[in-house]
Parts: sequence; C-alpha cells; structure tokens
Amino acid sequence: MRLAYYPGCSLEGSGMEYGMSTERTAEILGIELVELDDWNCCGATSGHNTNKLLSLSLPARNLAIAEQMGLPMLAPCAACYNRHRTAEHVIKHDPEMRETIAQVIEMDIQGTTETVSILDVLANQIGIEQIASKVTKPLLGMKAVCYYGCLLVRPVEHTGFDDSEDPQTMDRIVRALGAETLDWAHKTECCGASLVTSRPEVGNRMLYEILRNAKATGAECIVTACPLCGMNLDMRQGAVEKEFDTKFDLPVYYVTELVALAAGESRKAVGIDRHFVEAGRYLDEVEKRAENIKAEKEAQAQAKAAAQSKDTNEQTAGDPEARQKKIDAMIKAFEKNPDKMAKRLIDDEERAAVLLEVISEDSKKAARLAELMVDNAEKASKAADAFVTAELKKRAK
Amino acid sequence: MKLIPACEADQQLIRRLEAEAGTNVNLCYQCGKCSAGCPAAFAMDYPPRQVIRLLQLGMVKQALKAESIWICASCETCSTRCPRGVDIASLMDTLRREALRQGLITDKKVAAFNQAFLTGVKLFGRTYEAGLLLQHNLKTMQPFKDAQYGLPMMKRGKISVLPTKIKNRDHIKKIFDKVQQLGGE
Repeated sequence: MRLAYYPGCSLEGSGMEYGMSTERTAEILGIELVELDDWNCCGATSGHNTNKLLSLSLPARNLAIAEQMGLPMLAPCAACYNRHRTAEHVIKHDPEMRETIAQVIEMDIQGTTETVSILDVLANQIGIEQIASKVTKPLLGMKAVCYYGCLLVRPVEHTGFDDSEDPQTMDRIVRALGAETLDWAHKTECCGASLVTSRPEVGNRMLYEILRNAKATGAECIVTACPLCGMNLDMRQGAVEKEFDTKFDLPVYYVTELVALAAGESRKAVGIDRHFVEAGRYLDEVEKRAENIKAEKEAQAQAKAAAQSKDTNEQTAGDPEARQKKIDAMIKAFEKNPDKMAKRLIDDEERAAVLLEVISEDSKKAARLAELMVDNAEKASKAADAFVTAELKKRAK
Repeated sequence: MKLIPACEADQQLIRRLEAEAGTNVNLCYQCGKCSAGCPAAFAMDYPPRQVIRLLQLGMVKQALKAESIWICASCETCSTRCPRGVDIASLMDTLRREALRQGLITDKKVAAFNQAFLTGVKLFGRTYEAGLLLQHNLKTMQPFKDAQYGLPMMKRGKISVLPTKIKNRDHIKKIFDKVQQLGGE
C-alpha cells in the first residue's frame, strides 16, 4: 500500500511520539508513506473560528498537492484529518465554493483525492488479521480504554469510517495486540482541545471528567489517535490531579505506539521515553503479566498432556521407548512447575508445600515421582505422601 | 432576560448567518439534547439550546455577545445528536466569525489564541508552537502561563525555540491576502 503522508505540525512537535510510531507502524505493515512536498498547516480550529474561506483554502493547498501525486492522503492527526475531510467535502459538493478556493490557492483542485485516518487504514484497509499476524510481543494483561475524542468520528458526513457514539476500530486494533479494552462512557467526549490553553478552568475540568471515567471503569491506561488529546491527557494530567486533589497515574499511549511495540519495536524508537506520565513502568508490568499468562497456559497444556498420557498408560506399558519419553516429559514438568506438580500429587495445601521443598532439593525424588506418575498415578500419590511424612519426621527430630 | 422586539435588520442578519452556517434555527423544537450532551455547557452563560432560542427570538446581539460561543470547543456532539438536524456547531462557528467582524468579542482569550495561532501559520506556513504560547501569554497579560511546561517540552525534544518554515511561504501569504480580499476581513 502506498499513501501520501501528511504528518501535520503536531507530529513534528508536541505529538512527536505519534509521528515516530506512525512511521514505524507503517514500515512493519508494509505501508509506503510518501511525505507531501512542502505541506502547510491546516489552520486547525483557529482557522474555522476565524474565517471560513481561509479554513477551507489552507487544507485545499495540501489536497491539491496530494492530487498531483495521485495518492490517498494519510493524516494521523485527528484535527488535520477533520479539516482536510471538511475541505474535501466542500470541494466535492459545492462547485461554486470549489471555484473560489481554486482562485485563492491558484492551483487546480478537483476533489479526486481522499484523506484517510490511521484507524481507517489499520482496521479497515490493512485489516485486523494482518495486524495480529505481526504481533510477537502480545500486550497480554493490559487493561486499556480507547479514547477517540471528537474529530475522528464527527461529523459523520465528513468522517464516516466508524460509529460516532460507540466507535470500535481502535478497540479492535488494540485487542488484536493482545490487550483487553474496556467499554466506557467518555470514548468520544471532547478533551477541551485548545481550551486548556485559552480557558484552563474550562479545559481542565473536561480533562478531569475523562480521566475520572477511565479510572472508574478500571482502566490502567488510555489509548488515543489524536496528538492534541494525547498531549492534553498526558502533559496536563499532573496539573489536573493537583487542581482536583486526586491521583490518576494513567499512562497515555498512541495506538501506533502499541502496534509497533507489540510487533517487537523498541520503546525508544516509538518515543515512550518522551511521555510526561511515566509510560515505561506500566509496560514492564504488562510484560510480567504476559509472561505469567503464557506460563499458565503452558502448564495447563502440560497438565492436559499428562492426563492424556495417564489414559494410555496401559498401552505404553509394553513399549519402553514411549514410556521413557513420557517420563522425560514429566520430569521436565517437575522442573518447570514444581508447585503445580506438588499440588497434583497431594490435595492438602500444607503437605503439598512440604513436598515442593522436598522435590526442589532432591531431583532424584522428583524423577522417581515422575516415573511413578507415568506408570500408576495412585502409587505416585502414596509415594509423595510417604516423602512428606518422612520429611516431617526428620524435621521433628 | 430583557425581551426586546426584533427589528428587520436583526432578522436579516440571522438569515445571513443561517445561510453561512448551512442550517435553519427554526427547525429547533428546544428539546435540549444539544445542551445535555455538550461537554462545555457547565461553563456557558447560555447553553447551546438557549443560543438557538435567542436566534429564534431575533435576539442576535445577545447571541453574538454570549460567552458560550467562545467556550464551545467545536466538538460537534450537538450537531451529531440533534434530532432535527440543526447544525449547531456550524452555527457557533458562524457566530464567532460574525462577532469578530463586529468587534463584539466577549472572550478575548480565545480570540487572542486564534490570532496568535494564525499569525504563525501566515508567517511560516506551519504552527509555531513556542511562538504561539509566548504571543498568547503576552497578549493576554499572563506571561508565566504554562511556563512550567516549557523546559520539560524542550527536554523531550517536543518544542523548538525556532519555527519550522515551509519553502513556499509566499504562497501561504498570498492565500491569506486573497482570502482577505474575497472575504472582506
């Protein structure tokens, strides 16, 4: 896939992690990004607050350049995406306005190009399966809320790739990476945008409501696809905590950071060290959880295999080679998960704990038990019981 | 609220604003869904429903002077949810621009921010984040606002002291000038 790339001002400044991780994600998924030559600022909210024609003409210059390239244009920033989509809509549907815009920018513009968002490209064009296939370090155990904000999903007639009240594309991407995404009430609430600068008493309150709802839902981090939302929730979280006398400690990740990390990219390469709310610690925690979840699954699989082998004990009795293989597998299970094996042999928790100590100290005893388990589970339990009794007697002396 | 009869000139202005916004205020039946969902309504003098009501009553000056139009963050929740299809967000946008034209700016801080933002774009073709904050602070007489973020932003390489400039800055200046000619602003 080849796309014209419009980074927008934020992705080279306050939202640079988003820019870095978008480029990494594109490379991982085989998307070729061709940066728009000499692109300009879209005018953002200040543009349409001030002058309608200006707010259409600034994005139109970029659209005209993309048209010359003959490629759809990726705008990861939600505000840039929205402004270009709006201009595109007018250019396509209002011929008179298109004439005026063409006159202002002194360029030919037909409305043939389409601006696309990163969520649309990832979820609908590349596809969830393709993303899942690149995951080498699944984010198992991560509990996230996906925060879409306003401009990616509204107004529907300009955006339209997802539902405006309960969008799902980001949730689907994040789940494909192994994380859990929670339903919450503020996924499309406004973060206040530039109000946090111009009217902080209004903007901070809006941020507070979002952070509070995320926390109350049980989220441990927020995922976003907008550099302004990202910066507001991350950089100003400390000030909001102070103002409302509370503690959130919610790291805020860009969806592309998570895609790249799950595909094995280094934290530095996607800018995790540039966050304001410490974002590495939670990733450490997720890594630990992922290992535990993986180990548990393996132990379950082993236990299942062992149970199956019990059923076929009689068949293997006459086949010494198969018997030896099973014994070896059982010994390995003892080495990897001695606690689980001890619990399998003895129901009583305290006695199982003693057995765990015995087999951890004496691998010969563990091997003996492994052998017995393959041949006769009942005998194995009795032998284990005897080991524990002997050990307790020894301690009593 | 002081009720005054709407004069013909006000009615004409309202019709022009509706045309610019691409919407019709008389479609509104005052259900209040816009105000219920507005994330900034808590800070507004007139919630969105009442802004529409002012226009229905012909009280356009009051609507233009409302602080609400400057508190609106353009999140479009109101327009998305309106059961009558009134584009309230677009109307708010139009009211802001008309207030600028008439010099009736109730909230100078938001207008100052917008002006500082666009000055950077006009000069360099890109947003000049450091300059924007500095200019906004000076204009609104709060020199140390957000100063605590300056150094941490720089440490993280997220803000540069100097602006990023595009090559064809003349083109951007021309666009601004042309818009001024055509838009009369």
